[in-house]
Amino acid sequence: MYVASTRSTNGLGPSSPGSRIPTTVMLLGTVSLLTDISAEMVTAFLPVYVIFNLQMSYLQLGLLDGIYTGATAVLRLVGGHIADRVHRHKAVAVAGYGLSAATKLVFPSIGASAAGLGGVLAIDRAGKGLRTAPRDAMISLVTPPDRLGAAFGVHRTMDTIGALLGPLATFAVLTWLTTSPGPIFVISFGFGLLGLIVLVFFVRQPARERVPAKKITLRDTTDLLRDKAMRRTTVAAGLLGLATISDAFVFVVLQKVSGVSPEWLALMPVGTALTFLLAATPLGKVADRLGRWRMFFAGHIVLAVVYLLLLGPFTGLPLVIVTVALHGLFYAATDGVLMAHGATLVPERLRASGLSIVQTGQALARLASSVCFGLLLQRLEFTWSVLIALGAMVAALVGVALLIRPEVAR
Amino acid sequence: MRDWFVRHRIAAGIAAMVIVVAAATVYVVTTVRSQQPAAAAKGAPALTYVDNGGGQNLVTRLDKDGNRSTGALKCLRVYTAGGTTVCLKMTLPGAYSASVLDKSGAEVRSIPLPGTPSRARVSASGRMVSWTVFVTGDSYLAPGGFSTRTGILDLETGTLVETLEGLTTTIDGKPDDRTNENYWGVTFGDDDNTFYATLGSGNTTWLVKGDFAARAMATVRQSAECPSLSPDGTRVAYKKRGGRLGTWQLFVLDLAAGRETQLPGSDGVDDQAAWLDNDTLAYAKARQGGAPTIYSSPADGSAEPTELVPTASSPSP
Repeated sequence: MYVASTRSTNGLGPSSPGSRIPTTVMLLGTVSLLTDISAEMVTAFLPVYVIFNLQMSYLQLGLLDGIYTGATAVLRLVGGHIADRVHRHKAVAVAGYGLSAATKLVFPSIGASAAGLGGVLAIDRAGKGLRTAPRDAMISLVTPPDRLGAAFGVHRTMDTIGALLGPLATFAVLTWLTTSPGPIFVISFGFGLLGLIVLVFFVRQPARERVPAKKITLRDTTDLLRDKAMRRTTVAAGLLGLATISDAFVFVVLQKVSGVSPEWLALMPVGTALTFLLAATPLGKVADRLGRWRMFFAGHIVLAVVYLLLLGPFTGLPLVIVTVALHGLFYAATDGVLMAHGATLVPERLRASGLSIVQTGQALARLASSVCFGLLLQRLEFTWSVLIALGAMVAALVGVALLIRPEVAR
Repeated sequence: MRDWFVRHRIAAGIAAMVIVVAAATVYVVTTVRSQQPAAAAKGAPALTYVDNGGGQNLVTRLDKDGNRSTGALKCLRVYTAGGTTVCLKMTLPGAYSASVLDKSGAEVRSIPLPGTPSRARVSASGRMVSWTVFVTGDSYLAPGGFSTRTGILDLETGTLVETLEGLTTTIDGKPDDRTNENYWGVTFGDDDNTFYATLGSGNTTWLVKGDFAARAMATVRQSAECPSLSPDGTRVAYKKRGGRLGTWQLFVLDLAAGRETQLPGSDGVDDQAAWLDNDTLAYAKARQGGAPTIYSSPADGSAEPTELVPTASSPSP
């Protein structure tokens, strides 16, 4: 195991007693909560805004969004590297959160231009790309290694609460206040700004181990992949990512297979998010005890079960409830847990770079799988598409089980 | 400065948060207060529309003397004919429904919708109702893919067809066996059985003619979207890609002669046009960088469109 994880660090003054989560993690959770309200307010509003306020076709936007998601995933690498290089994770995170917040004010002046809207969405994504690795690095730097799973769990719980509140806020404004777009964007901007203020004023850059005047180069970052555990983790997360189909497809197939009324489509993401936020912290704690890689692996077995259920062994509402609950559990067992595992593999001075490599590999793999599965759905029956996804997942699980040995798994 | 910041960062942070909340509140309150209901142009014909200017999306009726009457009905999209009104609205975050109302404004049927509303239509008699929604995220990441669902409700029999994908379709005379197809934008004939709609599959769109009782559709011609049948049943107005940048323009097709006429000034439209009478079409189009505006246009393409109601959408006769 790497030296990094053997040293207990708490950047925030006196280390917190017992199993408490460091204040910095709670504050970063608050930043994410507020930022997610801001982001999801706009996401929930966008279809209505584009179709009714701008009288534009929705499909132009969906296309652009998919392309940008992939392109900006790579920006995580940039954010991670810069954060390590200038020794200031917080500054890079501020830039990322600030960029995303600022885009909310630009929307109204863009008007009905598909290219313009796509550009603003791309900048928003770029901000997200930039901030993710330094933020996760900060969480890992202030948390003792035996509590990393719990800390990331708490962060993801708070993050998801924000994601659930955002659409509610949009709905409340549209229903009771006004349907004109200005206030939605300004309120969203306000939440983004509040998150930024919490970050700038209340969060402190974690102190890190002193590295005697050694500059971090791109070479250092690429050398991370020479480390066996790091390389295997990245490849394994990528392989499993290749077999992970996007939420939207899970829900669409689930609605058709279960035979429930299409109105349930709107509630399925809420169900997944609720399970995710309820289970993220407990599963993070369990992962700290039993092994984070094991938890991450188990999470993907749960996803394989979700695919099995998408074949429709039974139907109706019970199928929807069970599938959505397991889908949320999959996220709870994998999302923060992978970062907690990754943090133990990388030295502190390269923490953000290391985490960004794992994240980018996973994000690009998931994008590729979404595109492929989308094409499958267009050409094949649901059952065949799901069977192919299930086969890919089982193959990935077997491959990963052979690839990642237990001694590097924890 | 740096020392000051370090010592007072908590107080400064709280002050900054208070300022942000106060500024956002002031902006929202002033915006809501300054909203004006849409004002129709002088001489506008009788028309029902959604008022986007007033900030509440209230359904407004304009009579032929220019008097506005506004009820409590709020819709994203509305259409009214023969005493029946269909109102597509948001019912929960991300959830939408089609509310069908009778002449008195009482709701006779409410149908949950699987996505963001797009089109709505009622037959001239008020018996047949249809809507189209975009299923958000269906093919979100699949290149070139998107998904719509179109439903038809027969109020007399209570029959509800939730999606046209269940009907049989023949494309250019051959039975259709495609798995990936979308239907949108239904318009009804005055026999309350014939309808026209758009079929999209791959990169091609077709105008289809349907027989509701037989649950069957057949393609009529290519490249025609969101049809709207004239009251006398002789012509269909639709949008078609033809602009410089591949934007849509409105065309009117004479069904008997097969002659297509372009409506000038409709470049960039994305709406299902409505016939105000046998000679006049109305449609909504966003002005450059602005709110949607309802225009009317002579159906023979003889003149540029005239602006009927700014900051309004969803016209119906």
